Amino acid sequence: MNAVSNQLDPHTWVKSHADYLYAYTIKRISDEEQAKDLVQETFLAALEKVDKFEGKSSERTWLTAILKNKIIDVYRKKSSGLRKDVQEAEHEQEDFFEPIDGHWRSAHAPQAFGMEDVDHLGNKEFNSILQMCMQKLPALWMSVFTMKHMDDADTALICSELKVSPSNFWVIIHRTKLNLRACLQRNWE
Amino acid sequence: MNQLKKIQYNCKQATFLIEKKLLTRITFREHIELRIHLMGCSVCRLYGAQTRVIGEMVQQLFKSSQPGEVKLDDNFKRDLQQRIETELNKN
Repeated sequence: MNAVSNQLDPHTWVKSHADYLYAYTIKRISDEEQAKDLVQETFLAALEKVDKFEGKSSERTWLTAILKNKIIDVYRKKSSGLRKDVQEAEHEQEDFFEPIDGHWRSAHAPQAFGMEDVDHLGNKEFNSILQMCMQKLPALWMSVFTMKHMDDADTALICSELKVSPSNFWVIIHRTKLNLRACLQRNWE
Repeated sequence: MNQLKKIQYNCKQATFLIEKKLLTRITFREHIELRIHLMGCSVCRLYGAQTRVIGEMVQQLFKSSQPGEVKLDDNFKRDLQQRIETELNKN
């Protein structure tokens, strides 16, 4: 190990990283108790791997990688209900579009609601509506959507981790965005 | 109804292709179909603009750490650090 490599200091882990890891988790799993458990499990698992830390990444990056794997485990456990979710998605799709010609139903056609010309990337109110809308998604759509957007995960990897076929993957993405957009329009004035 | 007419009026398929295109490559044929649809459909053009912004915002949301927004309570953190200390002392 060379002199500039990163060091671990478990005595300061909670103070330095617990809030960060918790915030990281809560964005991906909107269940506070489960998020707390995952943070705790991450630290305990990390303690057992301390010997394997090579100092190549920062302490925080290393802990986050352990946490990330635990989050994917949670997603995977939820994947047993996925099939039903997709059927539901395809069925509900008819709410947005006319079943015969695929036209927008007039009640669901997108309308301009001001998101086109405001800088939302720094808009806290808009972000909190977005998070609220995401939390309403079925757990499995949230898993697929989050994995795709959080780390730009490879589609093939997501499909194999969550046991989704590629075509169902796109159905879920499509359906998720339709719902998010509709939810934002409803809640933004 | 021929293939062209079908896509021209099918917003479900067009929005599906919009989403796919945001995340991956679509085929040349799909690309042409989508363009033809969007030329004649202002609703899907609006959808495309909105959903692109939403995608960017979601990515931004995951990237930013936003310190101070959600925090663990102090009791939980104290217990957690104690638990770590206990584990460390075992060795």
